[in-house]
Amino acid sequence: MTTAAVTADGRRTKAKPATMAQALGRALRDSMAEDPTVHVLGEDVGTLGGVFRITDGLAKEFGDDRCTDTPLAEAGILGAAVGMAMYGLRPVVEMQFDAFAYPAFEQLMSHVAKMRNRTGGAMPLPITVRVPYGGGIGGVEHHSDSSEAYYMATPGLHVVTPATVEDAYGLLRESIASDDPVIFLEPKRLYWSKADWSPEAPAPVEPIGKAVVRRSGRGATLITYGPSLPVCMEAAEAAVAEGWDLEVVDLRSLVPFDDETVAASVRRTGRAVVVHESPGFGGPGGEIAARITERCFHHLEAPVLRVAGFDIPYPPPMLERHHLPGVDRVLDAVARLQWEADS
Amino acid sequence: MTVQELPGAAAYRPTPPPAWKPITDPAPLLPDPEPYRVLGTDAVADVDPELLLRLHAELVRGRRYNAQATALTKQGRLAVYPSSTGQEACEIAAALVLEERDWLFPSYRDTLAAVARGLDPVEALTLLRGDRHTGYDPREHRIAPLCTPLATQLPHAVGLAHAARLKGDDVVALAMVGDGGTSEGDFHEALNFAAVWKAPVVFFVQNNGFAISVPLAKQTAAPSLAHKAVGYGMPGRLVDGNDAAAVHQVLSEAVARARRGEGPTLVEAVTYRMEAHTNADDATRYRVDSEVEAWKAHDPVRLLEHELTGRGLLDDEGIAQAKEAAEHMAAALRDRMNADPELTPMDLFTHVYAEQTSQLREQAAGLRAELDAEQDHDEHGAEAGR
Ligand SMILES: Cc1ncc(C[n+]2csc(CCOP(=O)(O)OP(=O)(O)O)c2C)c(N)n1
Repeated sequence: MTTAAVTADGRRTKAKPATMAQALGRALRDSMAEDPTVHVLGEDVGTLGGVFRITDGLAKEFGDDRCTDTPLAEAGILGAAVGMAMYGLRPVVEMQFDAFAYPAFEQLMSHVAKMRNRTGGAMPLPITVRVPYGGGIGGVEHHSDSSEAYYMATPGLHVVTPATVEDAYGLLRESIASDDPVIFLEPKRLYWSKADWSPEAPAPVEPIGKAVVRRSGRGATLITYGPSLPVCMEAAEAAVAEGWDLEVVDLRSLVPFDDETVAASVRRTGRAVVVHESPGFGGPGGEIAARITERCFHHLEAPVLRVAGFDIPYPPPMLERHHLPGVDRVLDAVARLQWEADS
Repeated sequence: MTVQELPGAAAYRPTPPPAWKPITDPAPLLPDPEPYRVLGTDAVADVDPELLLRLHAELVRGRRYNAQATALTKQGRLAVYPSSTGQEACEIAAALVLEERDWLFPSYRDTLAAVARGLDPVEALTLLRGDRHTGYDPREHRIAPLCTPLATQLPHAVGLAHAARLKGDDVVALAMVGDGGTSEGDFHEALNFAAVWKAPVVFFVQNNGFAISVPLAKQTAAPSLAHKAVGYGMPGRLVDGNDAAAVHQVLSEAVARARRGEGPTLVEAVTYRMEAHTNADDATRYRVDSEVEAWKAHDPVRLLEHELTGRGLLDDEGIAQAKEAAEHMAAALRDRMNADPELTPMDLFTHVYAEQTSQLREQAAGLRAELDAEQDHDEHGAEAGR
């Protein structure tokens, strides 16, 4: 299926089905072509094009010095990126999988997040750290963690996660252009999701920090991001049969957090469920629920609920479907919003 | 030794593993077993007397700076100070071998190197005073922020040097670390990156015998810290860290090598921490006086003074002059440190991000209100008391 799209200068162009992985790769390519200070570095990002092929072709087009296969050492990669940024480059670091970013936490927490602050604003670090995250792809252990809560809890970092092909492109461009470090979380299980998308006419993306209403409704708000957006969209469609009219908010950015869009939605609907696949205890949902309660207490018809992964280390692949919040669990939560009492 | 033959084994002809060839010949990378010395040897004849005199003046000043900063901790003007007394030769040489365009990556103990490189002595102390983390713009002096988490500044030095080379700039980064810091993962990752990338970096280890209380023997089983270089494919050099001329020469050679594009060097300076880890530490719990006394006989200032007076390059008057200049510096430092630093609480929110998040704006407004209320209260209270 192809549809027409219109470029910024008014030309009509063919939109073809593209995957999120392709859109991410295109964002890297366009950023590198536009700005010679953008450098990509990581494990296997060169000849192989990354284990998810996101960096495919970059080394060929821009050379080894712009897209660099590094030694296998995450702290070294991120630490070197800090030095590169100190000297005026814009490094984009690829972490191979969520759990393999942990060796780099020291650099991330002590330096990447703090350098601007430590130096009284004299030394910002425009680093983008791309982290494929989350489960649902049948990965063996250490390949499916949802690590967003750690990053969210670290002031000085932006934490961004796209859920659509358009956003994957737009948000990554925005992240690379940002003068602050961005943890760019890529939902692995959406890498192969498709949309009609034309790189020549990417949808305009707002600056990092804006949530978006993906589906309007007046009955309750599902608040979600990244890998759980499709789940929530599906749940919202299924809910129609129950007579529930659900709104779905895609956060797109966890830091900064768009209180305004979230609160506006919950004030309209009076009910909210936060959905994510990372463990619920100490997870993003608790923070989000608290923020909603603080802002919308008098509008709430029911407590804010959370639907999250279990509080367990990520399970083996043959069991992961039991762990990941699916449509049924989301609908159960919606049902628990004392729905009948109101209708 | 005979090996029992397996059935059919005769058909096999043993061959070496197909991919094996050494990447680098280790022999030229190995450090000499004895720390390199210049003072008191024939090698000193080749050193420019001007350089020796400069080193002497800087060493005297550095020693005085250490004493003054330690005194300031006792007056409550500094929260903490890790003295580098006994290590001045390392600190000064590290600063003096670099060109203006080069970068220094110091650890928390290397205040002196930063000052010798030209940093304002008060700005160099803000981290330790506690009013600001980094009191200076790192780009202005090309000195990275004094780094507290051990060895984490080393990969930064590699990245910066690498970036400079990619941009075609003739810049070298000198990164300083203690003996304890060489056990950290970041040390090893940085060395490996630097060697693979041939980055123009010099790693400078000040082996002062202890990591807080832990002696070198509990830190490593390597023949020397300089030996660690070989495993990464870079040369290791061992130098007497109390011999200012030797440290200057070895670091200069390593910097020149990096500048020529020949890659990184690991330099280990054997020295001694004469004072406790910081003013908060009690060194008598883990080391004996006789050891300290032995090192006193090998004091870096005395070694250099001895050499210079012996060769007629320095007399009592020259020594007195150096001391006087140091006193001036100390008096100025004392005066300026005795002024209370200006604190602006609203700055807490200013430099977290380029643009404040709405969350931070909210919190800033909250603190603003608190501060205003405090001020109202103070003014009101003052009036009532009149
Ligand atoms: C990653 C990390 N772990 C622990 C500490 C606490 N700490 C501060 S100094 C120090 C000893 C460092 O010894 P060494 O590297 O030999 O340097 P020196 O203090 O002797 O100059 C320790 C353990 C730290 N700063 N960073």
